[in-house]
Amino acid sequence: MEFQPTIISFLCNWCSYTGADLAGTSRMKYAPNIRIIRIMCSGRVDPTFVLKSFREGADGVLICGCHPGDCHYHEGNYKCLRRFKLLHKYIQQMGIHKDRLRLEWISASEGRQFADLVDNMTERLMELGPSPIKEIMEIA
Amino acid sequence: MENSEKKKPKLKMAVYWGAACGGCCVSVLDVHEKLFDITELADLVFWPIALDVKYDDVRAMPNGYIDVTLFNGAIRNSENQYMAMLLREKSKILVAYGSCAHLGGIPGLANFTNRDGIFERVYDTSESTVNPEKTRPQLKTQVPEGELHLPYFFDDVLALDQVVCVDYYVPGCPPQTERLVEVFMAIATGATLPSKKTVLGAWDKTQCDECIRTKTDKKTIKEFRRPYEIEDDGETCFLEQGVICMGPATRGGCGYRCIKGNAPCKGCYGPSPDISDPGAKMISSIGTMIDSNDPVEISEIVDQVADPAGTFYRFSLPGSIIRRKIL
Repeated sequence: MEFQPTIISFLCNWCSYTGADLAGTSRMKYAPNIRIIRIMCSGRVDPTFVLKSFREGADGVLICGCHPGDCHYHEGNYKCLRRFKLLHKYIQQMGIHKDRLRLEWISASEGRQFADLVDNMTERLMELGPSPIKEIMEIA
Repeated sequence: MENSEKKKPKLKMAVYWGAACGGCCVSVLDVHEKLFDITELADLVFWPIALDVKYDDVRAMPNGYIDVTLFNGAIRNSENQYMAMLLREKSKILVAYGSCAHLGGIPGLANFTNRDGIFERVYDTSESTVNPEKTRPQLKTQVPEGELHLPYFFDDVLALDQVVCVDYYVPGCPPQTERLVEVFMAIATGATLPSKKTVLGAWDKTQCDECIRTKTDKKTIKEFRRPYEIEDDGETCFLEQGVICMGPATRGGCGYRCIKGNAPCKGCYGPSPDISDPGAKMISSIGTMIDSNDPVEISEIVDQVADPAGTFYRFSLPGSIIRRKIL
C-alpha cells in the first residue's frame, strides 16, 4: 500500500480553524492525512508540541494562524513566526527535513487555500517518505 | 541493655563514574572538612577516584548492600552500562549525580554524531593524528599475559535513567557541594525523603528567580551577541543585553555561580519541573523576545544564533524530546 503521511496541525481558533471549517462545509475535497488540533492562537504553539508530535510519529507538522496584522490577540501570530524561525533552524540541525514543519497563514475565508495547502503538504511528505524520528528515538 | 548505647550502623556509600570528566567526584571532595562529618556517618565502600576497590569487590557485595550510590557520568559504553546495572542491584538508593547522569551532560553532545563519526574524527582526521593504517581500538587484544578487553562504544550517549531505574537526581555541572551536603545529611540523619524520582539539591523555581541582575519587563532583542561582543556592565540582565542566557528554562539552586562570574547561565541544572524540554522552552521564550515583525528581519536575527541545538541543549541532549540527531 502507498505510504500515507500523518500531519499534525495546530490551527488558531479565529482564522485558520474557521478556514478549515469553511473547506469542510463547502464540501471541498482534500487529503485526509491531516489531524487538526484547535488552539486559541498560533501564539499558543509551544515548540514542545511540535517536537512531541515528531517524537510520537508525525510525518509532518503544520501550524496555521491569522495573516500578519489580523491576529485576534494583536500579535500572537508574530510571536509564533519568531518562534517558528528559531525552531525551524533547530530541527534542521537535528537532521529533520525542513519541509516536515510548515507555518502558513490561513484566514477564515480561505477554505480553498487550506484544502490546497493540505494537499500540497501531503504530496511533499509522500515524496519525503515516512519520518524516521519515532523509531530512532526509541531506546533499545 | 548494653547495646542501647551502641551507635547506629554506619551508612554505606559509593561514588562511581560513567562517561564523566571527574569533576563530579572532585565536587564530592570539595566538601572540605565536612568530609569528616560524612565519614563519621558513612563508610565509603566504593569510590574509584580515591579508593582502590575492584569490580570483583563490588560483585561480591550482597544485593542492596550499599545504602546510597552517587552515580555521575553518562552511559556511553558497555562498561558504563554494566556498572550502572550492577550498582543498581547493590544499592538501596541510586542517585543520578550531576548533569551527565541526570540528562546526558556534555558527553551527550556526542549524539550529534555516532560511533563511526567520532572514531573517524578521533583516529583519522583530527589535526594531531597520524594514522595511515587507520588503526581502531579493538574489543579484544592478545598479549603474552592473556587477552585484554575494552568496552564496546555505543552510537548513542544515554542518561542514567535511560538504562536503570534512578531514585533521585542531583543536577549540576558539577552539583553545588553545599547541596550535596544537605542531601547527604538528610539521608544520614534519617529525615523523611521526598518521593522517588525527585530532583534534590535544586529549587523548583528558575534561575531568573534567584538571579540578582537588574531585570525589566521590556525584554526585546534586536541583535544576538556572544558574550565577548558586549561591554557587560555587570548589572543588567544578559538577555536584555542580547546575550543568550539559559536562566528562563533552568532550575535555580546553584547559587547562580556563572552569573556571579559575569557569564550567562549555560543550563547545567536542567529544566525546572514544569518544563519537559529545555530547548523548546528556550526557543519559546527567546523567540518572542525578537524585536521585529518582518519575516526577513526575523530570519536575519535568528541567523545570529549560531548553534541553537548546541546552545539550548548543552547539558541535556540525551534527556530531551529529540534526543539525538537524525543521521
